[in-house]
Amino acid sequence: MSVRGKAFIAGAYEHPLRTIPNKTVQQVHAEVAAGALADAGLSFSDIDAYFCAGDAPGFGALSMAEYLGLQLTHIDNTETGGSSYLLHVQHAAEAIAAGHCHVALITLAGLPRSSGTGIGGAGRFGSAPEISFENFFGLSIVAGYAMAARRHMYEFGTTSEQLAEIKVAAASHAQHNPNAFLQNAVTVEEVLQSKMVADPLHMLDCCVVTDGGGALVVVSPEVARKLSRQSVPVLGTGFAVKHVNNGRIDLTHTGAVVSGPRAFAEAGLTPSDIRYASIYDSFTITVLTTLEDLGFCEKGKGGEFVSNGGLQAPFGKLPFNTDGGGLCNNHPSNRGGITKVIEAVRQLRNEAHPAVQVPNCQFALAHGTGGNLATRMGSATLILGQEV
Amino acid sequence: MSFLPLADVEINNETQPFWDGLRNNTLLLPRCTSCTSVVWYPRAHCPVCFSTELKWEEMSGRGTIYSYSIVAKGNGRWKESGPYVVAYIELAEGPRILTNIVGVAPSEVQINMPVTAVFDSGDDARVLLRFTSVSSS
Repeated sequence: MSVRGKAFIAGAYEHPLRTIPNKTVQQVHAEVAAGALADAGLSFSDIDAYFCAGDAPGFGALSMAEYLGLQLTHIDNTETGGSSYLLHVQHAAEAIAAGHCHVALITLAGLPRSSGTGIGGAGRFGSAPEISFENFFGLSIVAGYAMAARRHMYEFGTTSEQLAEIKVAAASHAQHNPNAFLQNAVTVEEVLQSKMVADPLHMLDCCVVTDGGGALVVVSPEVARKLSRQSVPVLGTGFAVKHVNNGRIDLTHTGAVVSGPRAFAEAGLTPSDIRYASIYDSFTITVLTTLEDLGFCEKGKGGEFVSNGGLQAPFGKLPFNTDGGGLCNNHPSNRGGITKVIEAVRQLRNEAHPAVQVPNCQFALAHGTGGNLATRMGSATLILGQEV
Repeated sequence: MSFLPLADVEINNETQPFWDGLRNNTLLLPRCTSCTSVVWYPRAHCPVCFSTELKWEEMSGRGTIYSYSIVAKGNGRWKESGPYVVAYIELAEGPRILTNIVGVAPSEVQINMPVTAVFDSGDDARVLLRFTSVSSS
């Protein structure tokens, strides 16, 4: 079953704050839910499906359904880290196409800044079977991505300067976002001179740690037709799990090699049709590898692709993360997935900041990478449009 | 051998022989008797062919560095340990294993460097599998 054109993103909302003291996580979930519903022109009583992931407190969607006061026919707690919310869009589209629901709410919220947990709260390892074989070697999250970067450099000659170009492009976009956590432009030299966190990744190769959240409302075509707000059709969806594979892991690619082609096939499009891309940017290397894996350039040529303003809006080869992305704008709850979809919706509605709005943005892609490039990840690709 | 933190690993019936092996300075891993895959991380079935007929086998302990990072400053118990090296080594028998490279200056670590197992233990029977450069072992 294809979900092409069977569901629409009718509401999208990003919390405007990056530090939110004196609020609970569930409260922020409720605030972004209200924001997305207002954007769509719908209300809490219209919701019949709810989606959340590991950032939601307690019993996940059950606890949150009660807290919010929702009456539901469908829920989904799928947890794949930062890509969860893109996968939720796919699952919402499937559930809507199957007739199980009509108005699906997806929320993300977290308070890693105010709670003081920082990036340390990003992993929920619990009693995972791999824990004793990975987590006792001082493997920080950055170090995992750094190993992926090192191997990419070794195999393809990728340089720290090329990785820095990704941050430079994101920062150039963030200058136009008054809500962005970091709003200053940076140069390649400044990235290279920033503190080395886990060689070869510098401080400015890493995403920000922010409080915040976001929400999406996904609706059936029948509901979308009744709304006055421009809805964005879901044209293609793809998902893949990539794991350590019995110790035979290859660090130079992500699950996007599978999720990307699936999404493009469902949409009936190719990478050259995409005018804007939201690419998960936990670290600069995440972007570079994902661009290759999605087919925007050949494997190993990501460094060249991102150089010379390749990612800069509005006129680069592939304008990306025009909100400033996780590298500069927002990475709420240490998860950048939902903000990727939100900025893609802004671009398709022609509501991005005029300085970074891509002209004639007919098709956009959003991609999430949850987990860790060095171990296991859930990769989710969405292709969205302006009309079916 | 090294000054990096040891940890209280979680030992269960699936992994007990691995940890017992380390305490005896041997690297034991399960090998599938059906498809011959060496299984990493140790578990009670083969994730390649799903057989539950596995046999513990002593590995060479030799390998090469597949990738690595020099961590400037770690978290938690690792806060004062930097700079230290986190690496994936590719064991001669196949699996790529997450570990630390010890006994060699971080700046000298390179991809493809030959390494050998170090059974890094403390006074309290805790032990971790780390690796060092063959030339410095």
